Amino acid sequence: MKIGAPKEIFDGEARVAMTPESALQLVKLGHSCVIETGAGLRAGFSDAAYAAAGVDVVKTAAALFKAADVVVKVRGPEDKEVKLLRDGQTLISFFWPAQNPDLLEAVKAKGATVIAMDMVPRISRAQKMDALSSMANIAGYRAVIEAGSNFGRFFTGQVTAAGKVPPAKVLVIGAGVAGLAAIGTATSLGAMTFAFDVRPEVAEQIESMGAQFVYLDFEAAQDGAATGGYAAPSSPEFREKQLAKFRELAPDVDIVITTALIPGRPAPKLWLADMVAMMKPGSVVVDLAAERGGNCDLTVPDQKIVSDNGVTVVGYTDYPSRMAAQASTLYSNNIRHMLTDLTPKKDGVIFQNMEDDVIRGATVAHAGAVTFPPPPPKIAAIAAAKPKPKAVELTLVEKRAQEVAVFKAQTRSQVGLLVGAGLLLALVGAYAPTEFMQHFIVFALACFIGFSVIWNVSHSLHTPLMAVTNAISGIVILGALLQIGSGNWLVVTLAAISVLIASINIVGGFLVTRRMLAMFQKS
Amino acid sequence: MSIGIVSAAYIAAAVLFILSLGGLSGQESAKRAVWYGIAGMALAVFATIFSPDVAHVWVIALMVAIGSVLGWIVATRVQMTEMPQLVAALHSFVGLAAVLIGFNADIELNRVLAMDSVAREGLIGFAKKLAEKDAIEQAILHVEVFLGVFIGAVTFTGSIVAFGKLAGKVDGKATKLPGGHLLNAGAAIASLILLVLYFNGAGIWALIAMTLLAFFIGYHLIMGIGGADMPVVVSMLNSYSGWAAAAIGFTLGNDLLIVTGALVGSSGAILSYIMCKAMNRSFISVILGGFGGTTGPAMEISGEQIAIDAEGVAAALNDADSIIIIPGYGMAVAQAQQSVSELTRKLRSAGKTVRFAIHPVAGRLPGHMNVLLAEARVPYDIVMEMDEINEDFPKTDVAIVIGSNDIVNPAAQDDPNSPIAGMPVLECWKAKQVFVSKRGQGTGYSGIENPLFYKENTRMFYGDAKKSLDALLPMID
Repeated sequence: MKIGAPKEIFDGEARVAMTPESALQLVKLGHSCVIETGAGLRAGFSDAAYAAAGVDVVKTAAALFKAADVVVKVRGPEDKEVKLLRDGQTLISFFWPAQNPDLLEAVKAKGATVIAMDMVPRISRAQKMDALSSMANIAGYRAVIEAGSNFGRFFTGQVTAAGKVPPAKVLVIGAGVAGLAAIGTATSLGAMTFAFDVRPEVAEQIESMGAQFVYLDFEAAQDGAATGGYAAPSSPEFREKQLAKFRELAPDVDIVITTALIPGRPAPKLWLADMVAMMKPGSVVVDLAAERGGNCDLTVPDQKIVSDNGVTVVGYTDYPSRMAAQASTLYSNNIRHMLTDLTPKKDGVIFQNMEDDVIRGATVAHAGAVTFPPPPPKIAAIAAAKPKPKAVELTLVEKRAQEVAVFKAQTRSQVGLLVGAGLLLALVGAYAPTEFMQHFIVFALACFIGFSVIWNVSHSLHTPLMAVTNAISGIVILGALLQIGSGNWLVVTLAAISVLIASINIVGGFLVTRRMLAMFQKS
Repeated sequence: MSIGIVSAAYIAAAVLFILSLGGLSGQESAKRAVWYGIAGMALAVFATIFSPDVAHVWVIALMVAIGSVLGWIVATRVQMTEMPQLVAALHSFVGLAAVLIGFNADIELNRVLAMDSVAREGLIGFAKKLAEKDAIEQAILHVEVFLGVFIGAVTFTGSIVAFGKLAGKVDGKATKLPGGHLLNAGAAIASLILLVLYFNGAGIWALIAMTLLAFFIGYHLIMGIGGADMPVVVSMLNSYSGWAAAAIGFTLGNDLLIVTGALVGSSGAILSYIMCKAMNRSFISVILGGFGGTTGPAMEISGEQIAIDAEGVAAALNDADSIIIIPGYGMAVAQAQQSVSELTRKLRSAGKTVRFAIHPVAGRLPGHMNVLLAEARVPYDIVMEMDEINEDFPKTDVAIVIGSNDIVNPAAQDDPNSPIAGMPVLECWKAKQVFVSKRGQGTGYSGIENPLFYKENTRMFYGDAKKSLDALLPMID
């Protein structure tokens, strides 16, 4: 099949859905590739680079749509692109089917198959084609860079000859993919990073990225895992608590990065005008939710504004496009992975397997029918957070009582054992001859010594221990030696055999132990 | 040499043996400890040979010479991966020697009893001691002989079967004759009856019959235990060989034998206990074979096993700062320890922290992995025990599991219905990324699915461990 990537016609879009690198991989799947001239230019990929990778370069979008069996794009199709689609053609791009029902109808009428990259289910197997995550990762990174370029100070604290610089304090609201990427970037620049999320189970992820989780003391927090990893709208009481916490933090933080989104709704307002007013002049708010109305009251989509008290509010909506080279590389890889799944036999033939959870979920139009919304996937996305059992705190008195009880139980069992063993010994002693009892004393003491000595043997030396005990259990040779002087030929023979095998044991055991121990070396 | 000097030598030998075992508490002191053991043994043997009780010195010299040469050949030729077999084989020797010595005691006793008082005057050594025994002491002697022969016989066949299983000459799976442990119990009861008969004066036939029964018990008991339980079996047989020596010591009235046998016996008992604890199973359940009953269906595992190639593993290793390697029996089977060591050396010279996490029951012998790694020149101070390293996994970038399965199974902690629930395991899944080097998709010894392989941060590196690692090595820089 021929895979084609047209030039993005959306204003300001710099990304491209195919890179020379991904084209090479697609060829390995048995496909051939075609690209519209200048499509990769703004992402830093020249036509010559594509040509070198074996990609046909065509002059116009019309020619490309004509040549390609599969069209790969970044943004959803515009009207004039829809017109170019034809029956049986496949389009792979972002689509947002829930927000664009008219567009969906239009492509359906054309008979094209549409695979929406934003509809890829969030299951482990599909992570490699999860373009939302890869773009969100870039957005999170870029948000910190944008914040840094508008922030007049260092991120990291320094003690220099010219004076001390405190570290910047960064607050990240919403610890999704973008939020976590922002946390990671801010931390690695040296900032003190705080993060908040309504899902308490992400605290561990936040802390693993090096930020401090802003803990909100609130009962009955709902389980975010039930909604496929996204946060659900919260109750009014919870919201009040949350805003109060933000107000407490506002005067202190230098940079706020908000990433809170709720699926299918406008972005929640979390950083209100009064919080911006409380911030220090020169502080920066970067609103990653600007496209959906913004988390900050002052956000103006696609613009950077400065508030009355000198706080910069950045409301750009095109972070991935601002890092077009990186974004194109990752997005084209997502597309390439999608095509790998669509070409199971690697023979260049697309197989639209509607039984496959991932392909079914992402396909929104197929064979002249709308296939959106998809049925729920068969595999649960994320394991539900288990409620952690709380360790019961014991009071000092209870602890003491417990210790005493344990001590008493131990004493009881030890005394019981001693008395039992003593009685048994007394019974044996009553009948056995003295000589036996003398040997028995030796035996019992040797057992005790053995137990206390062996407990100290290091675990790593257990094999040498076995070999050495093997060697010294060859001490049975003494028995054979004492018997070999007998006048009975049978006894002499058996004793001689015993001496032989016991010698093997002794010599073999000691030598092999020495061999092993010689190997243990310190670094 | 007078009896007094011989006794003094015995005391010195006993002290040296105790020092020898005690010295194994550290790698450095262990090197000295072996010499204590050797000195103790030499002292004991020479003192006995030159004591007034021993005759036929030329037979002894010949036998010791042959035995030493054989022992030397075995010890120098054995591969470190074959250690479990060797240990099992050596146990069987002790068992056999105990049986033979026990029989000798019985024959000798009958011979001495048949003599008249004049002939008794001329006896030396063991026979002289027997001649001095009164009726009660002879009865006690019967019991001692019987016990020594019984333990020795069980040790002998049991060790031979264990040897066969470990060497791959006998199928490693647990197999039992129809009737299972009832047969063993029956044989044990029959042995008890024979003991009573023998005690009451039945002849050597009772001893022989019991020996055959004990041979059967040893064989059947160990046949019924599977491959991965071998660490327990081998340490158990180690313990038995000690008790057999101690029983012989009682028979001969020799305190050095008693002391040494008790030391070895308790050593094996402690090792068995440690191994059982590491598997969260009782000693009885290991001996009876098989895993304990489950209380419900196993937890469902979602997700899939994702494979990765050598390039992917190499990239992750090159990026990682801290790495923990978890070797298991698969590493020994694939003889991959040299490759593991080479990988460790390369990673360490790149400035990365590399450590090894050893589960107590990894391999087929207590401490098996440590010896293999030592052989491949992995420094012992980066080889950690489970308790030392388990807390460090969350701070680790990459965990590499090489040929181990049940000892890294998270079901032991997460799934109360799992047959291995409660067994302490290495929590490698807490590392940022886990690579599992494994031959195929099968389950481990216990036949339990391992949810680790399905975890999001786990990647399966299929193939023979040695080949996989050798493919990986050139890509590490």
